Amino acid sequence: MTRQSEILLTLTAVLCVLVLGIAILGWGVDTGYVLHGWIIAIAAGWGAMYLINRLTDPSPDIPLEYKDDVIKWGVLACFVWGVIGFTIGDLLAWQLAFPSLNGDMSWSNFGRIRPIHTTSVIFGFGGNALLATSFYVVQRTSRARLSSETLPWLVFGGYNLFVVLAVTGYPLGITQSKEYAEPEWYADLILLFTWVAYLLLYMRTLARRAEPHIYVANWYYLGFIVVIAMLHVVNNLSVPVSISYAKSYPLFAGVQDAMTQWWYGHNAVGFLLTAGFLGMMYYFLPKAVGRPIYSYRMSILGFWGITFLYLWAGSHHLHYTALPDWVQYLGMTMSIILLVPSWGSVFNGILTLNGAWDKVRTDPAVRFMMVAVLFYGLTTFEGSFMAIRPVNTLSHYTDWTVGHVHAGALGWVAFITFGAMYKMVPWLWKRESMYSLRLEAWHFWLALTGTLIYVGAMWNSGITQSLMWQTYDPNGAFTYAFIDTVDAMRPYYIARAIGGLLYLIGALIGSYNIYMTVAGPRLRGADKLALPLARPAE
Amino acid sequence: MDTKHAKLERHSMAFATAILFVASLGGLFEIAPLFTIENTVEKVDGIRPYTPLELAGFDIYVREGCYACHSQMIRTLKSDVDRYGPYSLAAESMYDHPHQWGSKRTGPDLARIGGKYSDDWHVAHLSAPRAVVEGSVMPGYAFLSDVSLDTARLPSSLIALSRTGVPYTDIQIENAQLDASYQGDQDADYEDDLIERYGPNVQVRDFDGNPDRLTEMDALVAYLQMLGTLVDFDTLNHEEIAR
Repeated sequence: MTRQSEILLTLTAVLCVLVLGIAILGWGVDTGYVLHGWIIAIAAGWGAMYLINRLTDPSPDIPLEYKDDVIKWGVLACFVWGVIGFTIGDLLAWQLAFPSLNGDMSWSNFGRIRPIHTTSVIFGFGGNALLATSFYVVQRTSRARLSSETLPWLVFGGYNLFVVLAVTGYPLGITQSKEYAEPEWYADLILLFTWVAYLLLYMRTLARRAEPHIYVANWYYLGFIVVIAMLHVVNNLSVPVSISYAKSYPLFAGVQDAMTQWWYGHNAVGFLLTAGFLGMMYYFLPKAVGRPIYSYRMSILGFWGITFLYLWAGSHHLHYTALPDWVQYLGMTMSIILLVPSWGSVFNGILTLNGAWDKVRTDPAVRFMMVAVLFYGLTTFEGSFMAIRPVNTLSHYTDWTVGHVHAGALGWVAFITFGAMYKMVPWLWKRESMYSLRLEAWHFWLALTGTLIYVGAMWNSGITQSLMWQTYDPNGAFTYAFIDTVDAMRPYYIARAIGGLLYLIGALIGSYNIYMTVAGPRLRGADKLALPLARPAE
Repeated sequence: MDTKHAKLERHSMAFATAILFVASLGGLFEIAPLFTIENTVEKVDGIRPYTPLELAGFDIYVREGCYACHSQMIRTLKSDVDRYGPYSLAAESMYDHPHQWGSKRTGPDLARIGGKYSDDWHVAHLSAPRAVVEGSVMPGYAFLSDVSLDTARLPSSLIALSRTGVPYTDIQIENAQLDASYQGDQDADYEDDLIERYGPNVQVRDFDGNPDRLTEMDALVAYLQMLGTLVDFDTLNHEEIAR
């Protein structure tokens, strides 16, 4: 594809989005929906202007170096969404401890702002971390510049437009109420456009690689891109009420919708929060410690095991429900087997540290990554355990599930991200090192303490509540009314909110540290670094 | 294995295709059969699509994200059945787009909440939860009583739902706005029309204690009061629904 035709193609896509935006603001009835029309139209209009300008520009002189400017914006977006997401999450935790904090206004209630937290952290923080690191990694491991000058910006812009539409819609009541797939049809369409562009960009960059083999980190990033595309399309099939309303009705109902939803939900965890971040681990951990990946064969087994098995495991979210038993048992079985490739990746990560364990003590970024892998091991073990039907009778519908998710999200996803960012930021901005190792260490200990308090509190509250629900007195009546089991949660909810607060403070320190690094002086002689073709194989 | 894989990892298109193939198997074998195996959703008497007012209530339930704290799925466990009633059948949510089974019980299950409390209780509880249940952590929804229900969207909603497969008739779609207004008004002398269109188990009355106005509170309470009431479990043939 020539540069001209590529710009024309993306311009067509952007114009489609522009028309969508104008249609929404023209026909829309509700305020929030019309507001979204304006946001879409302005963003797409800006994008179209940018592309049209490129169209008439003379062919740019593409420098012989990696395309890193868009990655810097990805890092910024990652931390901004992270701080927003952690703040709202902690606010929600305090709301559960002290319900008057809901304010009892429509837009401030728990049900409406909970998805702001989940979307900001999963798609805002996690998604931008993956966009940024995937662009960084694919260039370095392929020794090739990104295949396009315009597409990376469209991917970054379109993706963040999607997140903005999502989180501004929830307080106004724009939601499909499908967990982790709350955005309505028009936001889903924009994400679909963006995602196709992302896949195209990634594949074409791989096609330009100067290395014969595709490095393992790229397998995971590719898995993340391909599978999220499939999940997103199938789970968001819906019939909009009309162009005048944000509202749509999902195509599937009841049991089929439930199964599709948890096939999606569990694999958003599997391919966004696991596969993508394993890609991050497979690049940044060996680079940070200067050791090769421990086992090539374990990488292969781990990758294909995860890619195959994860998609079968979703039904363990629906044990003892109206979902047919055969699907429940199949999901349970696959969930247990899933432990094997998961722990394969854990051992591969940990054993890569052999010969460089001193760095865990001296380098907080490596410590972040090492603990992340341990939390990944803990969480995948816990997940397989909770998928066993009798165990699930104790854990399901309780805070144990919430604790499990946060062990993975806080302990694994965010820890590996912080570790990778502390390495990537100085490399990217060509700085000597991070601004302060001491602050990195403070961030680490605050984050670890916060996570342990959070997860510990949720284990206790979950198991306590579940046991209370199942306690009978000698006459066969329940010992506890439902509200008694809510009362018993209060101390745990307060502890959880404190743990979350520590985690948030850590993230703020991290953001400050990143800011000071970027604002600091450049590395001397940096201009000679990072020329793709003049660099030895990595 | 290593050499074959080494070959695969030199071809990006083949690699991406292999990922898509391997990853699609789970869904093909676990989800697709749910649409074709007939007894996935059992056939039971009494199940019907929502009336327009109940649907408006369902939409409010969805809009407020109630699923984040309330399940609508009574599992086949003794402690679930003893606390909440007969376990949920797949048929009971067959018209829920999307399903509201939920994943967390910060509050109790609502699958059979219908008829357990009076309308007044629901309105008071939704408006100020802690005034009714001490220690509750639920947010207040008093604002629902202040918002008039927007019935203008309902015909389009019924059309959209009929496109997904919910058997709404043309007459039901035509009368959607009227049906919604009069289901919340027992004095309108309209009950027979609603029963003719939606069957005998339609509840017609002013739900929110304010007969002058049809509010979002009317719709939500109408929805809550019908939850789990459609199937008569005393006359149900248990062999038919055995899984």
